[in-house]
Amino acid sequence: MERTGPSRAPWRASSGTATGARGWMWREGLLVLTGLMVLADLYLVFMWVPTDATLGIVQRIFYFHVPLAWVAFLAFFLVFLGSVIHLVRGSRRWDRLAQSAAEVGVLFTTLVLVTGAIWARPVWGVWWTWDPRLTTTLILWFIYAGYLMVRAYSPSPAQGARYAAALGIVGFVDVPIVYFSVQWWRAIHPAPVVGPASEPGSLAPAMLITLVFSLVTFTLFFVVLLKERLALKATEEALGEARELARRSTTDTRSSR
Amino acid sequence: MGRLKAAARPVLLLAWKDLLLELRSKETVTTVPVFALLVLVIFNFALDLSAARAADLAPGVLWVAFAFAGVLALNRAFFAEKERGSLEGLLMLPVSRDTIYFGKLLGGLAFMLAVEAVLVPVFAVMLNIRILSWELALTVALATVGFATLATLFSALLVHTRSREALLPLLFFPVVAPVVIGAVQATTSAVQGAGAGRWLAFLALYDAIFLIICPWLFGHLLEE
Repeated sequence: MERTGPSRAPWRASSGTATGARGWMWREGLLVLTGLMVLADLYLVFMWVPTDATLGIVQRIFYFHVPLAWVAFLAFFLVFLGSVIHLVRGSRRWDRLAQSAAEVGVLFTTLVLVTGAIWARPVWGVWWTWDPRLTTTLILWFIYAGYLMVRAYSPSPAQGARYAAALGIVGFVDVPIVYFSVQWWRAIHPAPVVGPASEPGSLAPAMLITLVFSLVTFTLFFVVLLKERLALKATEEALGEARELARRSTTDTRSSR
Repeated sequence: MGRLKAAARPVLLLAWKDLLLELRSKETVTTVPVFALLVLVIFNFALDLSAARAADLAPGVLWVAFAFAGVLALNRAFFAEKERGSLEGLLMLPVSRDTIYFGKLLGGLAFMLAVEAVLVPVFAVMLNIRILSWELALTVALATVGFATLATLFSALLVHTRSREALLPLLFFPVVAPVVIGAVQATTSAVQGAGAGRWLAFLALYDAIFLIICPWLFGHLLEE
């Protein structure tokens, strides 16, 4: 499990991935803590918190839906941050962060859309409505799915990183504009008939506790996923460099003969 | 004043080069308007575009056609250079990246505005809408600037990637969704004579934001 690499590899020194026993303890400790938190969160959501009087059992999905949305936004903010720093300084470490955050963000946005639709069907009577928040979330999903595609289709990882960074910045700047434009547009048109609790004004204390606990749990879960993805990405890059080195040395020997 | 003139000259030259190439080859100038009209025909099958409903549907139909046709034309900015093998030459010019960006933007913009100047009256006739208002002219101009600003950046962004022709609309349309909304709403207001002021202001704001961000990003994109 020890992660030690050749010291001349530059990405090692700056990658910040766990090295040695202390890092390993930290990583496993976080994993165990998150696992326990997830179990506790499931207990709170399905056993402990009372069922909503008007919405019924389906309201419980709210304790997953809201934290997922929060984590997705956090992830896309990290994509933006990593993209700006990567473009300005050319730092590979920040690019890795941006890419890993984008992958987790797209996954979580997908789950936000799915859990939202499951909730909307019994409450609003439709799976989907073109409400500003829903429309913006869907567009967000398209932008960051595109972000991952640009990387996949680029000729070299370094170029892909730059193109994706540009998209990460444009996309993040665009999101509030999309939101306001859709809201304005809907303000002019007759508003779609939306069910009672699109915005739960005041939450019962037990519900608030469950929601906050769920938010913390999902944020920790996000950190775990991000750390694992970053470590994997660092390993992928190290492997790529090693392959490149091996390929170059064999061609060198051939040409010298 | 002299410095501004010196900075504008290479931009205008680059834009003129692209327009001249287009005038000689007539590659896009023939396909884009025909494609836009084809979109109109397909909408006629999908929606009931009778005279009574045309005023409600026309702005949407107009802008979907322009957006599809526009992406066809504007993504050529750097793709065409790559196909001709002249991209390296363009990037080695002793001018700043901003000059290249604005030259390409201006060329694409001039082309699109010329095509739209022909298409808007044709669409107006076929959809039975009233045109010739300064509001509609301003809407077309501002929305086209918004489209071209982003399309020029995305063309540069994707020029080296595989299956770029398919990827560009996929990335472009989510980001320009606000322009489509703004243009459709402003056109609806203009056609109904309701005053399009706040949507025009919205389009202008959008243009301003991306006219600042896109050249900056462009400077970081094509470094080799």
